[in-house]
Amino acid sequence: MVKLKINGQEQNWDGDPDLPLLWFIRDEIGLTGTKFGCGQALCGSCTVIIDKQAVRACITSVSDAAGREVTTIEGLHPTGDHPVQKAWRQVNVPQCGYCQAGQIMQAAALLTDNPKPSHDQIREAMSGNICRCGCYQRIENAVHLASTGV
Amino acid sequence: MNILTNPSRLRGFEKHIKIENVSRRSILKTLGLAGGFVLAAPVMIRPSFAYETGAGKMPHGVVVDPRVFVSIAPDGIVTIIAHRSEMGTGVRTSLPLIVAEELEADWSRVRVQQAHGDEVKFGNQDTDGSRSTRHYLIPMRQIGASARTMLEQAAAKRWGVPAGEVKAVNHEVVHSASGRKLGFGELAADAAKESVPSVEGLKLKNPKDFRYLGKGEIGIVDLHDITTGAAHYGGDVRLPGMKYAVIARPPVTGGKLVSFDPADTLKVSGVEKVMEVKGWPWPSKFQPLGGVAVIARNTGAAIKGCNALKVTWDDGANAKYDSVAYRAELEAAARKPGLIVRKEGDVEAALKSADRVIVGEYYLPHFAHASMEPPVAVANVKGDKAEVWAPVQSPGGTREDVAKTLGIPEENVTVNVTLLGGGFGRKSKCDFALEAALLSKELGVPVKVQWTREDDVRHDFLHTVSVERIEAGLDKSGKVIAWRHRSVAPSIASTFAAGTVHQAPFELGMGLIDNPFEIANLQCENPEAAAHTRIGWFRSVSNIPRAFAVQSMVAEIAQATNRDPKDMLLELIGSPRIVNLSSVKDPWNYGEPYDSYPIDTARLRKVVELVADKGGWGRSVPKGHGLGIAVHRSFVSYIATIVEVAVDDKGKLTVPRVDTAIDCGTYVNPERIQSQIEGAAIMGLSLAKHGEVTFKDGKVQQGNFDDYPVIRIDESPAVTNVYIVPPASPDTPPSGVGEPGVPPFAPALINAIFAATGKRIRAMPIGKQLEA
Ligand code: FES
Ligand code: FES
Repeated sequence: MVKLKINGQEQNWDGDPDLPLLWFIRDEIGLTGTKFGCGQALCGSCTVIIDKQAVRACITSVSDAAGREVTTIEGLHPTGDHPVQKAWRQVNVPQCGYCQAGQIMQAAALLTDNPKPSHDQIREAMSGNICRCGCYQRIENAVHLASTGV
Repeated sequence: MNILTNPSRLRGFEKHIKIENVSRRSILKTLGLAGGFVLAAPVMIRPSFAYETGAGKMPHGVVVDPRVFVSIAPDGIVTIIAHRSEMGTGVRTSLPLIVAEELEADWSRVRVQQAHGDEVKFGNQDTDGSRSTRHYLIPMRQIGASARTMLEQAAAKRWGVPAGEVKAVNHEVVHSASGRKLGFGELAADAAKESVPSVEGLKLKNPKDFRYLGKGEIGIVDLHDITTGAAHYGGDVRLPGMKYAVIARPPVTGGKLVSFDPADTLKVSGVEKVMEVKGWPWPSKFQPLGGVAVIARNTGAAIKGCNALKVTWDDGANAKYDSVAYRAELEAAARKPGLIVRKEGDVEAALKSADRVIVGEYYLPHFAHASMEPPVAVANVKGDKAEVWAPVQSPGGTREDVAKTLGIPEENVTVNVTLLGGGFGRKSKCDFALEAALLSKELGVPVKVQWTREDDVRHDFLHTVSVERIEAGLDKSGKVIAWRHRSVAPSIASTFAAGTVHQAPFELGMGLIDNPFEIANLQCENPEAAAHTRIGWFRSVSNIPRAFAVQSMVAEIAQATNRDPKDMLLELIGSPRIVNLSSVKDPWNYGEPYDSYPIDTARLRKVVELVADKGGWGRSVPKGHGLGIAVHRSFVSYIATIVEVAVDDKGKLTVPRVDTAIDCGTYVNPERIQSQIEGAAIMGLSLAKHGEVTFKDGKVQQGNFDDYPVIRIDESPAVTNVYIVPPASPDTPPSGVGEPGVPPFAPALINAIFAATGKRIRAMPIGKQLEA
């Protein structure tokens, strides 16, 4: 039995301990904000935050997260008003929106680690997150905006 | 082979379906929207306005009926139906916004409800071909104006004043002479009893009074939900008792299952069952490819189980498909005469008499859509009823196909449209929803079918692969007197009809036969090419190879004659005029009447001049940088792009700046146009730099973003500037936005690389070509 916390709530799992956290979160817990894009840590759609670090839930097993605090997009802020979320809306970042939960979680982790990232640091930190719609210019602007106060 | 003889529903092919008023009217009499007060109105099918569009010729045409699209609750909340699919263009916001504008509704009191697939009720729902605003601007205005007029009539009656004295303003109707006001909610019940003004008699708002249209100040309706994870895509649907399925499909298109050994799969924790999925023979249209499904309690277990499967396949007729050999075949075909599809003057003689002939041969490989959300669908089939939830661009077609595949009546099928995590044409084909329906029928429980990224890349309806060969004959003065363009590529029609070797009119009409250049001797040919995999629509379709070839050739001629590429381009476009396409049997023209949507070279010239001006064409750039320009008309819009590149001494390519000018006629939401053009630059850069799907022994060699890379933020253009040409008048017909940004990007980039390095790229992707 694996025990972990997701968005502050205790969760137990007695199935396959190697199950990727992504599918535990989506299919077993029913939090569908975290998305599947590649399953190979190549796209960032599944990004969640574990102990302040952005991690790819598609290659993290449930047992890897045992005893740890997992935050998904649903738990980032109680009313959805984390500075990154606010900046995202101000800049009208999304097109289809599918990659955006992962982008926002990645950006939130970046700003925790580095509250005033430079242009190059933003591009570097966000380069693991693919947006096939191509919202990159706005993603960069929104991260910058979030870092300077929304 | 005439594609129009194919009986199946061919999305995007013009079927010229007649509008059948009588039956639709009788059906609509029984309709009503739940949960709100429905305005009653007769059905008006054909919008009448200053211009005609091809909307009426789409399957099931247009429905202009406020009862279908608008309901008003007693508390004043206005619900507007979005009947097209949202895949990132903003259409789920833009079309309801048009209704709200004419209705004088306050957007903050409007709710948008997604239509399920029902084209008899809603009219055509195929969200493709960059058609939504183009076909629905006027119908949506008429729907809003009808509802507004009925509210005004109801208020006038209540007050006993002439209807001409009252006016709807911002969610209420006011009688200014007496200062009386009634809210929309208070009037809805009475308004529903009003007869509906005829379309001809409708008073549409004066565009100068628009509060929302053309302004770009309204964010998309899903913005908040997207940022909080609450927005629902195909995979986010959860039903009680639902099982999760992942499918192993034949690795070669047209292959078949021989046998499978489920033993190892059944040992995987969480796997419950392994079963065959029915496949259809090649060419399989939109039907499933077949294979073996692993059914599990969650997707992770199903994927793991699928990887453990041992399957034997019969690879079938396409087992030898090899991209290297196929490219050589296409090149050989392009060097020989082909079917003539446009002929003006005498190209043969003009090429012979030319002072010099410049030849360019351009290769563009297959690419996969790789929308961020891989195909996914949920189905719940119970007896002779089926309900499907899926991110589909073709809700109506999906409903038809589910009914046909299950052998049940169409009325028994409900297709719920979720948000689409990108579409780009892939989700116009509903094979993944049909798989879910087949599995649910067999298992008797709801089933979600999830495609992995590898499934998506390996079993896509790929963008075609092509060789475009252009020969330009110049006289002594350097003037182009002859132009022969041969286009060789397997056709999308091959996915529907065996033996297809020629491209369909809708493919020829994308940048080949609609060439706008003023050249006396001009000939277009289409040599034969057979398909060995599923070919499908990819954002902007055949325009990608055509713009790449034509706009590269312009720059090649400029170089050969020592001209400025922009001047060369304008010279070839020639005088401002309407291009005469009378020599073309079927000019297609994106399904639009040529009178409303002619090829207008004045507009083409204008976007070139605008982007040159705004983008600083001719400005001096640092060493290793270069500027390239290209223009292309597609989806009846005019777009020109300037790309600035930087190539360092190791051949590393970056894009410091992109400038694009677009003339898309009358527009609704300039902010979303801008985002589409920004995105088109990224997609154009992706396909130019990396995009390539190749085959060996009939199998796709790529699978995920490691071997099929797309542009990431660290390679993306530093800035993309967008300039939108204001419409000449409010009656200027709207034209496409979602796709037209893509075609000019790659040639502008390639031309910029030439300016920076002197290297001319004639085969995509660029890959390592600059490193040599
Ligand atoms: S799904 Fe995890 S990185 Fe792509
Ligand atoms: S918004 Fe569509 S993938 Fe990023």
